[in-house]
Amino acid sequence: MNAAILNPHMPAIRLQDVTMIRSGNRVLDGFNLDIPAGKVTAVLGPSGSGKTTVLKLIAGQLQPNRGRVLIGDTHVSKLKRSELNTLRRQIGVLLQNGALLTDLTCFDNVALPLREHTKLPETLIRRLVLLKLQAVGLRGAAQMYPQQLSGGMNRRVAMARALALDPELMLYDEPFAGLDPISLAAGGRLIRQINRVLGITSVVITHDVAEVSKFADHVCIIAGGRVVGFGTPAELTDSDDPMIHQFMQGLADGPVPFHYPAPSLAEDLIGPGGESGIRS
Amino acid sequence: MTPAAEGNILTRPIAQLGQALVFLFTALSRMRLSRLQLGETLRQTYFVGVRSLVIIITCGFFVGLVLTLQTYDTLTRFGAGDAVSTVLSLSLFRELGPVLTAILFAGRAGTSVTAEIGLMKATEQLDALELMAIDPMERIVQPRLLAGLLAVPVLTLIFNLTALLGGVVFGIFMMGIDSNVFWGNMQSSVELGRDFGGGMFKAVAFGFLASWLAVYYGWTCKPTGEGVALATTQTVIATAIAVLLLDFVMTAMML
Repeated sequence: MNAAILNPHMPAIRLQDVTMIRSGNRVLDGFNLDIPAGKVTAVLGPSGSGKTTVLKLIAGQLQPNRGRVLIGDTHVSKLKRSELNTLRRQIGVLLQNGALLTDLTCFDNVALPLREHTKLPETLIRRLVLLKLQAVGLRGAAQMYPQQLSGGMNRRVAMARALALDPELMLYDEPFAGLDPISLAAGGRLIRQINRVLGITSVVITHDVAEVSKFADHVCIIAGGRVVGFGTPAELTDSDDPMIHQFMQGLADGPVPFHYPAPSLAEDLIGPGGESGIRS
Repeated sequence: MTPAAEGNILTRPIAQLGQALVFLFTALSRMRLSRLQLGETLRQTYFVGVRSLVIIITCGFFVGLVLTLQTYDTLTRFGAGDAVSTVLSLSLFRELGPVLTAILFAGRAGTSVTAEIGLMKATEQLDALELMAIDPMERIVQPRLLAGLLAVPVLTLIFNLTALLGGVVFGIFMMGIDSNVFWGNMQSSVELGRDFGGGMFKAVAFGFLASWLAVYYGWTCKPTGEGVALATTQTVIATAIAVLLLDFVMTAMML
């Protein structure tokens, strides 16, 4: 296995002055964020605020238009393909819907990274896979295919797969979207446990305010392409900043606008462009 | 990589061809032979090959039947009904076998490869592989590319065989051509290297072409339901046109 990428005494991940433009939109604008090592940090924000972009930047799937993304001392956006692959073996990523390979059983899905990246004998791989599946409570579903399982179970298998190579950093993209209350509670507890038992750093992208306070050490709120609040869940719940207040309390009205940016309604309805647009 | 959408009706196909060539070059340049890779290639060969058997056998038989019927009908007007096996075998080995097999393969297996890769893209499976430091080119594209290369020549052989069987059924059993004459004419007119070998060479080329286009359209499709539907259609159309075009070029060069 490779040398540790994370030093417990410094931030695990740093995004410095990152600007990201995607299809003409400034998704992130002078974005700065330090994610502490060994903790669970939740990145909260309204839909479309650029949360997933942050995750993709950290995982090296996107390159920032400006600024730097650092994992430990490694400059993610400057890595060559082979170097990025070496780094990725130490990062576990759970995508929104699990993204398991549908032509493989749960067992083979979890075994995939082990078979690809290690030369372990099959008997040992079998034990490791069963242990990982046991950790997420799905050892009994080892021989089932992803389409036979519920969405929440799929995500748990994907979590086992992400943990297969014992990563130092886990990234979760919306792990709670569309889950029933029981799966939701189980998911939160699992993230917390994995972080504590393995002593890794976790980043959880979510918009579930209620759940976050139960498992996150730190919360970062982003809106409009910037960090608007960073602190412990309790600190942010008590904050009087109107934007943080609106988000933490789940209020419909506040500084975060309901409308997508557009010219004024009157202009759109009766203006020169409006009428011809309707006729055509 | 997304399909080249800009440009007009003339420049767009050229841009797309360039993109498809870059895609092929990338896929081949990252080729790595390992036991895992070999196993996956055989699995894919099974999927695209064995599952195309029914359509290949059915179509082969009927093509042989109707080809013999038409040829026999025409040839008997000149009193040359016995020569039917010559026409049947030459047209099968040289042209119909490889061309029809490739087009049927595109319809049966090419479309499913395109749809599969397109859906993998839409459900983030390709992203997930990349994030696990597994190259999707290596794991997904290459085995499917090789599978077509292996499967189409074998399917062509089977197509030819069943078409001959169709010819035998109509010619020998129904029209009463003497079986010695039937096989004797075929033996004396077919050259193993030029006619049969040339046809098999075509089959290899068409197999490669069909699987290349299938993985290319899957890989570059828009990750939506509509995008996948469009990509599967494009696979069939592009393969049919490309195979016929390449067939003409290859025939002209071989004759």
